[in-house]
Amino acid sequence: MAKNQVYTKSYHPYHSLNDPCPDPGEKHYSTPPHLYMGFQPEKLPQFTPKEALQKGTLWPALYDPYEKNQKLKG
Amino acid sequence: MPKTLPKEYYSMLEEIQAVDFAITELNLYLDTHPEDQEAFKQLTELSEEKQRLLKPFEQKFGSIRPDGIDDHWTWSKGPWPWQV
Amino acid sequence: MWVYEKKLQYPVKVSTCNPQLAKFLVEQYGGADGELAAALRYLNQRYTIPDKVVGLLNDIGTEEFAHLEMIAAMVYKLTKDATPEQLKQAGLADHYVNHGEALFYSNAAEVPFTATYIQAKGDPIADLYEDIAAEEKARATYQWIIDMSDDVDLNDSLRFLREREIVHSLRFREAVEILKEERDRKKVF
Repeated sequence: MAKNQVYTKSYHPYHSLNDPCPDPGEKHYSTPPHLYMGFQPEKLPQFTPKEALQKGTLWPALYDPYEKNQKLKG
Repeated sequence: MPKTLPKEYYSMLEEIQAVDFAITELNLYLDTHPEDQEAFKQLTELSEEKQRLLKPFEQKFGSIRPDGIDDHWTWSKGPWPWQV
Repeated sequence: MWVYEKKLQYPVKVSTCNPQLAKFLVEQYGGADGELAAALRYLNQRYTIPDKVVGLLNDIGTEEFAHLEMIAAMVYKLTKDATPEQLKQAGLADHYVNHGEALFYSNAAEVPFTATYIQAKGDPIADLYEDIAAEEKARATYQWIIDMSDDVDLNDSLRFLREREIVHSLRFREAVEILKEERDRKKVF
Protein backbone atom coordinates (compact mmCIF):
# COMPACT_ATOMS: atom_id res chain seq x y z
CA MET A 1 0.00 0.00 0.00
CA ALA A 2 1.36 3.38 -1.03
CA LYS A 3 0.42 5.07 2.20
CA ASN A 4 2.64 7.84 3.45
CA GLN A 5 4.96 5.96 5.78
CA VAL A 6 5.72 8.80 8.13
CA TYR A 7 2.37 10.44 8.74
CA THR A 8 0.11 7.40 8.51
CA LYS A 9 0.23 4.72 11.18
CA SER A 10 -1.45 1.35 11.12
CA TYR A 11 -2.67 -1.41 13.38
CA HIS A 12 -4.42 -4.71 12.88
CA PRO A 13 -7.53 -5.18 15.02
CA TYR A 14 -8.29 -8.63 16.36
CA HIS A 15 -10.40 -10.62 13.91
CA SER A 16 -12.63 -13.34 15.33
CA LEU A 17 -13.84 -16.50 13.63
CA ASN A 18 -17.30 -15.17 14.43
CA ASP A 19 -16.88 -11.82 12.69
CA PRO A 20 -19.39 -11.59 9.82
CA CYS A 21 -17.25 -9.60 7.39
CA PRO A 22 -13.91 -10.65 5.91
CA ASP A 23 -10.79 -9.35 7.68
CA PRO A 24 -9.97 -6.05 5.97
CA GLY A 25 -6.41 -6.24 7.29
CA GLU A 26 -4.65 -3.17 8.55
CA LYS A 27 -6.47 -0.06 9.71
CA HIS A 28 -4.81 3.31 9.15
CA TYR A 29 -4.89 6.61 10.94
CA SER A 30 -3.25 9.98 10.35
CA THR A 31 -0.52 11.48 12.48
CA PRO A 32 0.12 14.66 10.45
CA PRO A 33 3.43 16.56 10.55
CA HIS A 34 2.29 19.32 12.92
CA LEU A 35 2.15 16.75 15.73
CA TYR A 36 5.95 16.43 15.54
CA MET A 37 6.88 20.06 15.04
CA GLY A 38 6.32 21.65 18.43
CA PHE A 39 6.91 25.32 17.68
CA GLN A 40 7.52 26.01 13.99
CA PRO A 41 11.17 26.99 13.46
CA GLU A 42 11.97 30.17 11.53
CA LYS A 43 13.15 30.16 7.92
CA LEU A 44 11.69 26.82 6.90
CA PRO A 45 11.82 26.19 3.13
CA GLN A 46 8.68 27.37 1.35
CA PHE A 47 6.55 26.40 -1.62
CA THR A 48 6.01 29.05 -4.28
CA PRO A 49 2.66 30.84 -3.74
CA LYS A 50 1.11 28.81 -6.56
CA GLU A 51 2.26 25.49 -5.12
CA ALA A 52 1.29 26.62 -1.64
CA LEU A 53 -2.29 27.30 -2.74
CA GLN A 54 -2.50 23.93 -4.40
CA LYS A 55 -1.12 22.13 -1.33
CA GLY A 56 -2.95 24.14 1.33
CA THR A 57 0.19 25.28 3.16
CA LEU A 58 3.20 27.47 2.48
CA TRP A 59 5.61 25.02 4.10
CA PRO A 60 6.52 21.57 2.70
CA ALA A 61 7.29 20.49 6.29
CA LEU A 62 3.57 20.81 7.10
CA TYR A 63 2.22 19.21 3.95
CA ASP A 64 0.35 15.96 4.46
CA PRO A 65 -1.41 14.64 1.36
CA TYR A 66 -4.39 12.51 2.35
CA GLU A 67 -5.06 9.34 0.44
CA LYS A 68 -8.52 7.90 0.22
CA ASN A 69 -9.17 4.98 2.48
CA GLN A 70 -8.94 2.11 0.00
CA LYS A 71 -11.10 -0.34 1.90
CA LEU A 72 -14.13 1.91 1.45
CA LYS A 73 -13.86 1.76 -2.33
CA GLY A 74 -15.23 -1.77 -2.36
CA MET B 1 -27.85 36.26 -17.31
CA PRO B 2 -24.22 37.39 -17.52
CA LYS B 3 -22.05 35.93 -20.22
CA THR B 4 -19.89 32.95 -19.36
CA LEU B 5 -16.53 34.12 -18.08
CA PRO B 6 -13.43 33.47 -20.22
CA LYS B 7 -10.68 31.07 -19.11
CA GLU B 8 -8.52 34.11 -18.46
CA TYR B 9 -10.76 35.02 -15.52
CA TYR B 10 -9.88 31.80 -13.74
CA SER B 11 -6.15 31.96 -14.44
CA MET B 12 -5.84 35.61 -13.39
CA LEU B 13 -7.97 35.00 -10.31
CA GLU B 14 -5.89 32.00 -9.33
CA GLU B 15 -2.74 34.12 -9.37
CA ILE B 16 -4.42 36.51 -6.94
CA GLN B 17 -5.65 33.59 -4.82
CA ALA B 18 -2.11 32.17 -4.68
CA VAL B 19 -0.54 35.42 -3.49
CA ASP B 20 -3.41 36.03 -1.10
CA PHE B 21 -3.03 32.54 0.33
CA ALA B 22 0.68 33.06 1.00
CA ILE B 23 -0.32 36.30 2.77
CA THR B 24 -2.82 34.39 4.93
CA GLU B 25 -0.22 31.76 5.83
CA LEU B 26 2.37 34.39 6.78
CA ASN B 27 -0.29 36.32 8.69
CA LEU B 28 -1.09 33.33 10.91
CA TYR B 29 2.62 32.49 11.22
CA LEU B 30 3.45 36.03 12.34
CA ASP B 31 0.65 35.88 14.92
CA THR B 32 2.79 33.31 16.77
CA HIS B 33 6.21 34.50 15.46
CA PRO B 34 5.93 38.30 15.75
CA GLU B 35 9.71 38.71 15.91
CA ASP B 36 10.44 37.08 12.52
CA GLN B 37 11.48 40.14 10.48
CA GLU B 38 12.14 38.13 7.34
CA ALA B 39 8.60 36.75 7.30
CA PHE B 40 7.24 40.24 7.90
CA LYS B 41 9.24 41.60 4.98
CA GLN B 42 7.94 38.80 2.78
CA LEU B 43 4.37 39.61 3.82
CA THR B 44 4.87 43.26 2.85
CA GLU B 45 6.27 42.29 -0.54
CA LEU B 46 3.40 39.91 -1.21
CA SER B 47 0.86 42.60 -0.28
CA GLU B 48 2.41 44.86 -2.90
CA GLU B 49 2.38 41.98 -5.38
CA LYS B 50 -1.33 41.50 -4.69
CA GLN B 51 -2.06 45.15 -5.44
CA ARG B 52 -0.15 44.81 -8.72
CA LEU B 53 -2.16 41.74 -9.71
CA LEU B 54 -5.50 43.26 -8.70
CA LYS B 55 -5.26 46.18 -11.11
CA PRO B 56 -5.51 44.37 -14.47
CA PHE B 57 -7.99 41.85 -13.06
CA GLU B 58 -10.35 44.50 -11.73
CA GLN B 59 -10.10 46.47 -14.96
CA LYS B 60 -11.24 43.41 -16.88
CA PHE B 61 -13.71 41.78 -14.51
CA GLY B 62 -14.79 44.41 -12.01
CA SER B 63 -13.90 45.18 -8.42
CA ILE B 64 -12.97 42.45 -5.95
CA ARG B 65 -13.50 44.81 -3.02
CA PRO B 66 -16.37 47.26 -2.51
CA ASP B 67 -13.80 50.09 -2.32
CA GLY B 68 -12.05 48.95 -5.51
CA ILE B 69 -11.02 51.69 -7.89
CA ASP B 70 -13.07 51.53 -11.07
CA ASP B 71 -14.58 53.98 -13.52
CA HIS B 72 -18.08 52.71 -12.86
CA TRP B 73 -19.92 50.61 -10.27
CA THR B 74 -19.06 46.96 -10.86
CA TRP B 75 -19.00 45.62 -7.31
CA SER B 76 -22.56 44.42 -6.98
CA LYS B 77 -22.68 42.88 -10.44
CA GLY B 78 -22.31 39.14 -10.68
CA PRO B 79 -21.28 36.55 -11.14
CA TRP B 80 -20.45 35.82 -7.52
CA PRO B 81 -17.67 33.54 -6.28
CA TRP B 82 -19.94 30.58 -5.65
CA GLN B 83 -21.45 30.88 -9.14
CA VAL B 84 -18.29 30.80 -11.25
CA MET C 1 -15.38 44.77 11.10
CA TRP C 2 -14.83 42.71 8.03
CA VAL C 3 -14.38 43.58 4.36
CA TYR C 4 -15.58 41.10 1.79
CA GLU C 5 -13.46 40.12 -1.19
CA LYS C 6 -15.33 38.78 -4.17
CA LYS C 7 -13.38 35.56 -4.52
CA LEU C 8 -13.11 32.18 -2.84
CA GLN C 9 -9.98 31.38 -0.85
CA TYR C 10 -9.40 28.34 -3.08
CA PRO C 11 -11.13 27.49 -6.37
CA VAL C 12 -14.11 25.19 -5.93
CA LYS C 13 -14.86 22.84 -8.81
CA VAL C 14 -17.32 19.99 -8.83
CA SER C 15 -17.06 17.48 -11.67
CA THR C 16 -20.02 15.16 -11.05
CA CYS C 17 -23.74 15.87 -10.71
CA ASN C 18 -24.08 14.03 -7.42
CA PRO C 19 -26.36 15.82 -4.91
CA GLN C 20 -25.66 13.09 -2.36
CA LEU C 21 -22.24 14.65 -1.83
CA ALA C 22 -24.04 17.84 -0.77
CA LYS C 23 -25.73 15.86 1.99
CA PHE C 24 -22.32 14.80 3.32
CA LEU C 25 -20.80 18.24 2.92
CA VAL C 26 -23.35 20.06 5.08
CA GLU C 27 -21.69 18.32 8.02
CA GLN C 28 -18.93 20.89 7.57
CA TYR C 29 -21.48 23.68 7.03
CA GLY C 30 -23.67 23.42 10.12
CA GLY C 31 -22.27 20.41 11.97
CA ALA C 32 -20.59 20.29 15.40
CA ASP C 33 -17.07 20.45 13.98
CA GLY C 34 -17.99 22.44 10.90
CA GLU C 35 -16.72 25.77 9.66
CA LEU C 36 -19.55 27.84 11.14
CA ALA C 37 -18.93 26.39 14.58
CA ALA C 38 -15.20 27.03 14.15
CA ALA C 39 -15.61 30.66 13.13
CA LEU C 40 -18.04 31.43 15.94
CA ARG C 41 -15.96 29.53 18.51
CA TYR C 42 -12.70 31.41 17.87
CA LEU C 43 -14.21 34.85 17.32
CA ASN C 44 -16.14 34.53 20.58
CA GLN C 45 -13.14 33.30 22.57
CA ARG C 46 -10.89 36.14 21.43
CA TYR C 47 -12.49 38.60 23.89
CA THR C 48 -11.33 36.71 26.96
CA ILE C 49 -7.93 35.34 26.02
CA PRO C 50 -4.55 36.96 26.80
CA ASP C 51 -3.54 39.69 24.32
CA LYS C 52 -0.61 37.64 23.02
CA VAL C 53 -2.94 35.23 21.19
CA VAL C 54 -5.97 37.43 20.41
CA GLY C 55 -4.64 38.12 16.91
CA LEU C 56 -4.37 34.42 16.15
CA LEU C 57 -7.94 33.64 17.23
CA ASN C 58 -9.16 36.66 15.28
CA ASP C 59 -7.36 35.65 12.09
CA ILE C 60 -8.13 31.93 12.17
CA GLY C 61 -11.78 32.77 12.97
CA THR C 62 -11.84 35.01 9.93
CA GLU C 63 -10.32 32.34 7.69
CA GLU C 64 -13.02 29.90 8.83
CA PHE C 65 -15.62 32.14 7.18
CA ALA C 66 -13.73 31.76 3.90
CA HIS C 67 -13.94 27.98 4.39
CA LEU C 68 -17.65 28.21 5.18
CA GLU C 69 -18.10 30.00 1.88
CA MET C 70 -16.20 27.26 0.04
CA ILE C 71 -18.42 24.57 1.54
CA ALA C 72 -21.50 26.61 0.63
CA ALA C 73 -20.21 26.94 -2.94
CA MET C 74 -19.83 23.15 -3.14
CA VAL C 75 -23.31 22.48 -1.78
CA TYR C 76 -24.80 25.13 -4.05
CA LYS C 77 -23.12 23.73 -7.17
CA LEU C 78 -24.18 20.18 -6.31
CA THR C 79 -27.84 21.02 -5.71
CA LYS C 80 -28.77 24.03 -7.84
CA ASP C 81 -29.63 22.07 -10.99
CA ALA C 82 -30.94 18.93 -9.32
CA THR C 83 -34.60 18.00 -9.73
CA PRO C 84 -36.72 17.25 -6.63
CA GLU C 85 -36.57 13.61 -7.71
CA GLN C 86 -32.76 13.63 -7.74
CA LEU C 87 -32.72 15.32 -4.34
CA LYS C 88 -35.06 12.64 -3.03
CA GLN C 89 -32.74 9.90 -4.29
CA ALA C 90 -29.83 11.69 -2.65
CA GLY C 91 -31.56 11.50 0.72
CA LEU C 92 -32.37 15.22 0.67
CA ALA C 93 -36.19 14.92 0.60
CA ASP C 94 -36.55 16.09 4.22
CA HIS C 95 -34.32 19.03 3.48
CA TYR C 96 -36.27 19.93 0.36
CA VAL C 97 -39.62 19.82 2.13
CA ASN C 98 -38.40 22.27 4.77
CA HIS C 99 -36.02 24.49 2.81
CA GLY C 100 -36.57 24.01 -0.91
CA GLU C 101 -33.29 24.74 -2.67
CA ALA C 102 -32.01 26.94 0.13
CA LEU C 103 -28.92 26.04 2.09
CA PHE C 104 -29.36 25.54 5.81
CA TYR C 105 -27.06 25.28 8.79
CA SER C 106 -27.55 21.68 9.79
CA ASN C 107 -25.38 18.59 9.94
CA ALA C 108 -25.43 15.65 7.53
CA ALA C 109 -28.34 14.13 9.46
CA GLU C 110 -30.41 17.33 9.13
CA VAL C 111 -29.97 18.29 12.81
CA PRO C 112 -30.01 22.13 12.92
CA PHE C 113 -26.94 24.01 14.08
CA THR C 114 -26.87 24.78 17.79
CA ALA C 115 -24.72 27.09 19.92
CA THR C 116 -24.03 24.12 22.20
CA TYR C 117 -21.46 22.97 19.62
CA ILE C 118 -19.27 25.81 20.81
CA GLN C 119 -17.42 25.83 24.09
CA ALA C 120 -16.29 28.98 25.88
CA LYS C 121 -14.79 28.31 29.30
CA GLY C 122 -12.95 31.58 29.79
CA ASP C 123 -9.87 29.60 30.77
CA PRO C 124 -7.22 30.18 28.09
CA ILE C 125 -5.75 26.68 28.21
CA ALA C 126 -9.15 24.96 28.28
CA ASP C 127 -10.30 27.06 25.35
CA LEU C 128 -7.15 26.49 23.27
CA TYR C 129 -7.26 22.73 23.89
CA GLU C 130 -10.88 22.82 22.75
CA ASP C 131 -9.71 24.62 19.59
CA ILE C 132 -6.96 22.08 18.91
CA ALA C 133 -9.48 19.26 19.30
CA ALA C 134 -11.92 21.08 17.01
CA GLU C 135 -9.28 21.35 14.29
CA GLU C 136 -8.40 17.66 14.55
CA LYS C 137 -12.09 16.69 14.44
CA ALA C 138 -12.66 18.86 11.38
CA ARG C 139 -9.58 17.27 9.76
CA ALA C 140 -11.06 13.82 10.45
CA THR C 141 -14.44 14.86 9.01
CA TYR C 142 -12.74 15.98 5.79
CA GLN C 143 -10.99 12.60 5.61
CA TRP C 144 -14.28 10.75 5.92
CA ILE C 145 -15.96 12.93 3.29
CA ILE C 146 -13.03 12.36 0.91
CA ASP C 147 -13.38 8.61 1.58
CA MET C 148 -17.05 8.78 0.60
CA SER C 149 -16.55 10.95 -2.49
CA ASP C 150 -15.40 9.91 -5.97
CA ASP C 151 -15.46 13.48 -7.27
CA VAL C 152 -11.83 14.27 -8.12
CA ASP C 153 -12.24 18.05 -8.29
CA LEU C 154 -14.29 18.22 -5.12
CA ASN C 155 -11.75 16.08 -3.28
CA ASP C 156 -9.02 18.47 -4.41
CA SER C 157 -10.78 21.35 -2.62
CA LEU C 158 -11.49 19.13 0.41
CA ARG C 159 -7.79 18.23 0.65
CA PHE C 160 -6.99 21.93 0.74
CA LEU C 161 -9.45 22.39 3.61
CA ARG C 162 -8.05 19.37 5.45
CA GLU C 163 -4.53 20.78 5.20
CA ARG C 164 -5.76 24.09 6.65
CA GLU C 165 -6.95 22.23 9.76
CA ILE C 166 -3.39 20.94 10.21
CA VAL C 167 -1.89 24.42 10.01
CA HIS C 168 -4.53 25.88 12.36
CA SER C 169 -3.94 23.08 14.85
CA LEU C 170 -0.21 23.84 14.85
CA ARG C 171 -0.87 27.54 15.44
CA PHE C 172 -3.16 26.79 18.39
CA ARG C 173 -0.49 24.47 19.82
CA GLU C 174 2.01 27.31 19.46
CA ALA C 175 -0.46 29.60 21.23
CA VAL C 176 -0.45 27.20 24.20
CA GLU C 177 3.37 27.35 24.26
CA ILE C 178 3.23 31.15 24.18
CA LEU C 179 0.83 31.20 27.15
CA LYS C 180 3.03 28.75 29.06
CA GLU C 181 5.80 31.31 28.50
CA GLU C 182 8.09 28.46 27.55
CA ARG C 183 9.11 30.13 24.33
CA ASP C 184 10.53 33.26 25.95
CA ARG C 185 12.32 31.23 28.58
CA LYS C 186 14.15 29.18 25.96
CA LYS C 187 15.54 32.39 24.51
CA VAL C 188 16.88 33.61 27.84
CA PHE C 189 18.92 30.53 28.58
